[in-house]
Amino acid sequence: MPAHEIVIAGFGGQGVLFLGEVLAHAAVREGRHVTWLPAYGPEQRGGTAHCTVVIDDEPIASPVVADPTVLIALNRPSLDRFERAVRPGGLIVLDATLVDRLPARADVHSVAVPATAIAAELGAPRAANIVLLGALLAVAPILSEAAIRAGLEDKVRDPARRAANLTALARGAAAVRVPAVPT
Amino acid sequence: MIRVAGRPRTLLDVPTHYCPGCTHGIIHRLVAETIDALAIRERTIGVASVGCSVFIYDYLDVDFQQAAHGRAPAVATGIKRVLPDRVVFTYQGDGDLASIGAAEILHAAARGERITVIYVNNALYGMTGGQMAPTTLPGMRTTTSPEGRDVRRHGAPLRMAELLASLDGVAYAAREAVSSPARIHRARRAVEAAFRAQLDDRGLGIVELLSTCPVNWGLEPTDALAWCEAHMVPVFPLGVFKDVRRAREPVDARA
Amino acid sequence: MSRVLMKGNEAMAEAAIRAGCRAYFGYPITPQSELPEYMARHLPAAGGVFLQAESEVAAINMVYGAAGAGARVMTSTSSPGFSLMTEGLSYLVGARLPCVVVTVMRGGPGLGNIAPSQADYFQVTRGLGHGDVHAIVLAPSTVQEAVELVGLAFALAERYRLPVIVAADGLLGQMMEPVELPPALPVPQAPPWATTGAATGRRVISSIHLDPEALERHVLELVATYDLIAAREPRWEADGVEGADVAVVAYGTTARIARSAVARARARGLAVGLLRPITLWPFPIAAFASAPRRWLVAEMSSGQMVDDVRLAVEGRAPVLRYTRVGGVVPTPVELAEAIVRAARPAAVPA
Ligand SMILES: Cc1ncc(C[n+]2csc(CCOP(=O)(O)OP(=O)(O)O)c2C)c(N)n1
Repeated sequence: MPAHEIVIAGFGGQGVLFLGEVLAHAAVREGRHVTWLPAYGPEQRGGTAHCTVVIDDEPIASPVVADPTVLIALNRPSLDRFERAVRPGGLIVLDATLVDRLPARADVHSVAVPATAIAAELGAPRAANIVLLGALLAVAPILSEAAIRAGLEDKVRDPARRAANLTALARGAAAVRVPAVPT
Repeated sequence: MIRVAGRPRTLLDVPTHYCPGCTHGIIHRLVAETIDALAIRERTIGVASVGCSVFIYDYLDVDFQQAAHGRAPAVATGIKRVLPDRVVFTYQGDGDLASIGAAEILHAAARGERITVIYVNNALYGMTGGQMAPTTLPGMRTTTSPEGRDVRRHGAPLRMAELLASLDGVAYAAREAVSSPARIHRARRAVEAAFRAQLDDRGLGIVELLSTCPVNWGLEPTDALAWCEAHMVPVFPLGVFKDVRRAREPVDARA
Repeated sequence: MSRVLMKGNEAMAEAAIRAGCRAYFGYPITPQSELPEYMARHLPAAGGVFLQAESEVAAINMVYGAAGAGARVMTSTSSPGFSLMTEGLSYLVGARLPCVVVTVMRGGPGLGNIAPSQADYFQVTRGLGHGDVHAIVLAPSTVQEAVELVGLAFALAERYRLPVIVAADGLLGQMMEPVELPPALPVPQAPPWATTGAATGRRVISSIHLDPEALERHVLELVATYDLIAAREPRWEADGVEGADVAVVAYGTTARIARSAVARARARGLAVGLLRPITLWPFPIAAFASAPRRWLVAEMSSGQMVDDVRLAVEGRAPVLRYTRVGGVVPTPVELAEAIVRAARPAAVPA
C-alpha cells in the first residue's frame, strides 16, 4: 500500500493533535510505520494548529510533507491554506459545519461532513474530530477498524469518553454513506 | 583551644604558595582541624574555586574537584546530590562567590543544599592583581577603582552572610575574622558549626571569613591584620546571623 | 519486542534511564523541555536524581560535580542554553569527565525562534568552549536512532572519558514515532578516579596545569584520544553514492527529508545518492572516497557542514549546497527540485 501522508488542520482546541495521535497509535497497533509531527514552531500562530501523520509499510523517510495525500480540514482557514498542496488524486475531508465552501479542486476527492453539528447532536461537542475520522475511514480505509479502536484505547482512558468516541466514529462513517445534506 | 603546634591530619605537609601575611593558610588549617575533629576526612569532598585558593587541593588530604570561576556551589550540588552521605564543602573567595558566582551560591542556598561554604572575603580580587570586588570597601583604592570605590558608580559592598541568612535553605550563617588569636578561636567554632549544619541535615552552612591581602592592599602583614580590624569589621560586622538548630519544616503548597 | 509511540525528547530521556543514567541536571527551554519533564517524572522512581538548575551555567557545572563523583549523568538543552554550557564543557573536557549533553537545536542567532534548526553545527563541532576542545557529536535522524545514539553516547563518554553531544533538532524532539526501547543496563559503580571520599587515597579532579609543559602533555594526551576517536568512531550511512549524478549529504532531520527527495529525483531518472553523517565530529571523511559527479550538501543552516564536506572532498568534485535558515524546514519537494537543478551541467558550486 502506498504511504498515507495526512495533514490535519484546524483551530487550537478542536483536537487536531489528538486526532493525529489516535491515527498514530492505531498505526502502531497495526504494526505499521508512522510519524506524528506537530506544527509547534512559527506555524503555530493565531490559534491555528496542524499536524502531519505519515503511515507506511516501509520505514518512513520524511516526516515533513509538502503535498499530502489526505487533508482533514476542521475550519475554513485550514482549507484555504492547504487545499492547493493536496496531491492530485488525493482526498480532502472537511467539517461542513465550519467550512462554508467546498474544495475548488477538481483533481482531488472531497468529503464534506457536518461534523460539528453531528457531534453536538451526540452531546459530545468535542468529538467533531472523531466524526471526521469516521468519515475518512469510510472512504479511505487507511487503517482497520480494530486498529482505530485500539488506538482510541491508547489515547482515551475514560470508558464513557471512549464509548462516545466510538459512536462519533460510526456516525462519521454513516454520514458519508448516507448523504448528510438531503438533495 | 587552638592547637598552634602540630599539624592536623588533614593538612598536608607541603609548603603553600600564599604570600606572606595572607590568611588563607590559617583558614585552611581551621578547615583541616574541623575535618579531623568531626572525623569526616575519608568521606569529605572539597570543591576548589578560582582565586588565590585554587590550589587548596594540594594542601588538604581529601578528595577534591576544581570548579570553574563562581560555579563551586553548582559543582558541590552535583556531588552532594549523587553522594548524599558524603560531606561536601566549597572554598570560595569574594570575587568567586559574590560576583561571578552570585547566582550559583544564591540558588544552592535557596535549595538548602546540604553543603558547607567557606567564604573568604579579602575585599578584592587577589589572584588577578587586586581589582575591585563586590566587597571592596567604599573609598577603597584598587587597580580598577584607582580613585577609591565610588558607591554612586559601583554600589555598596555586598554583605553575603547576612544576605544568605535571609534564605530558608540556610541553616547556619556567620561572619568571623582571623585577625587575632581570639578571633581565630571564634572562627574555628563557626567553621565547625557550618559543617555540623550539613552533618545534621539541617541545611546549607556558610562561614564568611574576613581575610587579608597585604600585597594587594599595599600593607605590611601586621598592618594588614590591623587594617582588617579597623576597616573591614565595621563594614562587615562579625557574628552569627543564623543558627537553625532543627531542620525547618517547609511550608507545602499542597497542604 | 513491542514498539511504543514516543516523542523524540521523551524517548531520549527513557533511553538515558535505560542506559543507566541516574542523574539529570537541566534548565527548561523549548523545544526540549519534554526531556527534563520526563526525567522529573521517571528518574526519581528509578532511584536517580533530577534537579532543575537555576541556569544552564549551573546545570552543566552540576553535571561536572556528579560526573566527578562517578555518576552516569546527563543534561539537555537547546541552542541558547547550549551557548551557556560551553564554559562547563571546556572544564569537563579539561578534567576528562564523561557525560552526555543533548542539544535540541532551534533557530538562531540570539533568541531566534523555537523552530527546528541545524545552525549550531559549527558550535558543536568546532566551538564547544575555549582550549583544544572536542567531543564526539552524534546526530540522530529518527526517534529510534535517537534512542540508540543516547545509549551509545554514554558508552563512548565513558570509554574516552569525555563529554558526548547528541545533536538533535526541534523536529526530532517534538515528533512522535514508534520505538523499540533497549533493555535496561545496570547502574555502574563509580570508577576508581571518582571523588567519593579519600578512604583509599586522595583523588583530585581538575583542569589546571600551570606549567606549560605539563599542560602540553595533558593536551597531547587529549589529542591522542581525539585521534583515536577519529580513527575508530566515524559513523555514516551511504546509499548509491558511487557514480551518482548527484550525491546529497545531509544529517539528522534534513537527511530524512533528503531520503524522500532522493526517491523523487530517482523517479525522474536521475542517479542520486545519499550520504548521511551520523557522527558530525569526528566527521566521516572516509565516506567521501566514493566518487559521485557532484555533491549537494543540504542543511538547516547557512552552510556549515558544507565546509567539512569541502575539506573531505578535497576538490575532487564540485560541492553545491541547498540551505534553509531561521527554522524553515525544507520539504522533500523543494529538495528534489534542488537535486534536479544540481544535476544540470550548468550547476556551479555555491
Ligand atoms: C570566567 C573567568 N573570569 C575571570 C577569571 C579570572 N580570575 C581568576 S581569579 C579571579 C578573582 C578571584 O578573586 P576572589 O574570588 O576574591 O579570590 P582571591 O583571589 O581574592 O582569593 C578572577 C577574576 C577566571 N578565571 N574565569
